[in-house]
Amino acid sequence: MAAPIVRTRGLCRDYQVGGHLVHALAGLDVTIDRGDFVAIMGPSGSGKSTCMHLLGCLDTPTGGQYELDGDDVSRLSRDDLARTRNRKIGFVFQTFNLLPRATAQRNVELPLVYGAVPRAERRDKAAAALDSVGLAERAHHLPTQLSGGQMQRVAIARAIVNDPVMLLADEPTGALDTRTGFEIMALFQDLNDRGITVILVTHESEIAAFARRILGFRDGRLVEDAAVTDRLSAADILSGKVAPP
Amino acid sequence: MNLVDVLLSALDSLRANVLRTVLTTLGIIIGVAAVIAMVAVGAGAEQRVQAVIQSLGSNILIVLNGTSVSGGVRGGSGSVISLTEDDARALAAEIPSVRYAAPAVRGTGQLIYGNVNWFTSIQGVTDDYLIARDWVIGEGRSFTRAEERAAAKVAVIGRTVAERLFGGVPPLGQTLRVRRVPFTVIGITREKGQTPFGSDQDDVVFIPLSTAKKRVLGGDRVRGDYVGSITVKVLGPEQVAQTEKEVLEVLRRRHRIRDGKPDDFFVRNVAQILEARAQSERVMGLLLAAVAGVSLIVGGIGIMNIMLVSVTERTREIGLRMAVGAQGRDILVQFVIESVALSVMGGLIGVVLGVGGSLAVAHFAEWPLILSPGAIAMAMGFSAAVGVFFGYYPALKASRLDPIEALRHE
Ligand SMILES: Nc1ncnc2c1ncn2[C@@H]1O[C@H](COP(=O)(O)OP(=O)(O)O)[C@@H](O)[C@H]1O
Ligand SMILES: [Mg+2]
Repeated sequence: MAAPIVRTRGLCRDYQVGGHLVHALAGLDVTIDRGDFVAIMGPSGSGKSTCMHLLGCLDTPTGGQYELDGDDVSRLSRDDLARTRNRKIGFVFQTFNLLPRATAQRNVELPLVYGAVPRAERRDKAAAALDSVGLAERAHHLPTQLSGGQMQRVAIARAIVNDPVMLLADEPTGALDTRTGFEIMALFQDLNDRGITVILVTHESEIAAFARRILGFRDGRLVEDAAVTDRLSAADILSGKVAPP
Repeated sequence: MNLVDVLLSALDSLRANVLRTVLTTLGIIIGVAAVIAMVAVGAGAEQRVQAVIQSLGSNILIVLNGTSVSGGVRGGSGSVISLTEDDARALAAEIPSVRYAAPAVRGTGQLIYGNVNWFTSIQGVTDDYLIARDWVIGEGRSFTRAEERAAAKVAVIGRTVAERLFGGVPPLGQTLRVRRVPFTVIGITREKGQTPFGSDQDDVVFIPLSTAKKRVLGGDRVRGDYVGSITVKVLGPEQVAQTEKEVLEVLRRRHRIRDGKPDDFFVRNVAQILEARAQSERVMGLLLAAVAGVSLIVGGIGIMNIMLVSVTERTREIGLRMAVGAQGRDILVQFVIESVALSVMGGLIGVVLGVGGSLAVAHFAEWPLILSPGAIAMAMGFSAAVGVFFGYYPALKASRLDPIEALRHE
């Protein structure tokens, strides 16, 4: 059995705010296996984003241990964290975060640029990633020429172009209308079916219903860890086979 | 991240805000244009000094007959004839730093060869004079001592005379008439070109001093032992000023001029006059250097300011780049390159303006300017250095951003 993608032991993140300590994440023990699809839920301020930042190697914990893909990454330097993000993690943001003056193609190439991938290979990989999110023919459009859903697809293509071990998405459907949100979830499910591990934050239970597993947070602690029994297929809802929740 | 990618993204972001880019680089533009003008002015001044020294001869003092003051009316140079061949001999003998003291007379007159006429400058000189004034014999030879003593009717002609009077005929050995006196051409001087004041130096015929006085210019105002000028050639450039003083002493003593009375001759120290002029042009150059320096600094501060604005505006972009794997170093390089691209672009515009401006000044003000590729390279180097220096701090700031904070930035 391969090592889990994520394994944390007593993972903590404290913030010093005006003289007293805020436990944004107060000791997280969790294991996430390869190929899982996890939805993180919880009220505002419960530590969801803090958890995502730590899992995504954007931040270092103030305590505890984090193993990503078998390597301990809890005490890495800034540069090593950047390298790890580049090789192992794909991010999707609520507001897409595309470079406004770069075409879809060049936006998708960005992680490869920092991975020192040669130009020709970069072009091919980015084209393939755009193809797998269904935007092959939009490769030379600027973000301003794309709809919200299309921009999020470009962002997802950028997240998967480096063949990461997991995709992290913080409220990826938060800025989209319901139907477009379902389209994005269908894409995540499709990618997950192809073996990519997905972890996303959402506060909508109908979005969480597309995941395989739900983690519930409250006050910086994990309070719920449940498998999704009646998992929905976003593709089926879109095609009308199943009624929307 | 390789350099091509960095450059492309730098140009992207400059293009996004063309007006702001141009305004930002204004200081650099002016600074670089000033650097180029400064070097061009300096080099032009230097070249003119060199040209004048070359045309008059190096390390020389020219002693001319003085002016008379009679009844309050001041005559022109040479209104009193006081210099003699003996004066020349005395200068050479008494002042150790004098290499030659060559007396000369000059006049003008008609030259005739066959049926061709040519009006030119006639100079009665010695071989020493030709050497002192840096005349080089191109063909044939100069006068011998024997010819000088015997007042031989031999002539050394300038290039222009050779061409105008003789056409295609080789002049050496030909006979020409100088004010109707027949002379044999024994030498032709090498071309000297125009003086910096525009007259043709090669339009001249040289004949021995003795011959000139006895047979050609004898009827003119310079008679007997008197001469029109004495060219003093000094051993080295650093001795010119001291020699000038000694020449004054010797001549005042010989001319029995009492203390307090004015000289009846005067000494022209060409190098000194030119030096004074070069000095004022150097001051001009320094002024431009100050303008250049201040502009480059102001330009640099402008660039720093706009780069700080740019870092703030693009905080989310920086966060995103970090999230997908950019290290601090990548961000640092990106922003420094962007700043350098900005300043070098200003530099390029500055070079165009500087070159154009210099050419315009050279054309309209007839101020000699020399544009050197070195100066342009130096100006570009300066502007790139300004870009690095003033872009470094904003870039460092960008590279130290926290990715989470940056991504959250509105
Ligand atoms: N940079 C920070 N400085 C201080 N406190 C922070 C910081 N980031 C998060 N927190 C605090 O940590 C707690 C968890 O925040 P967060 O993880 O953003 O919650 P969520 O994403 O679930 O809304 C909150 O109380 C928040 O105020
Ligand atoms: Mg949050």
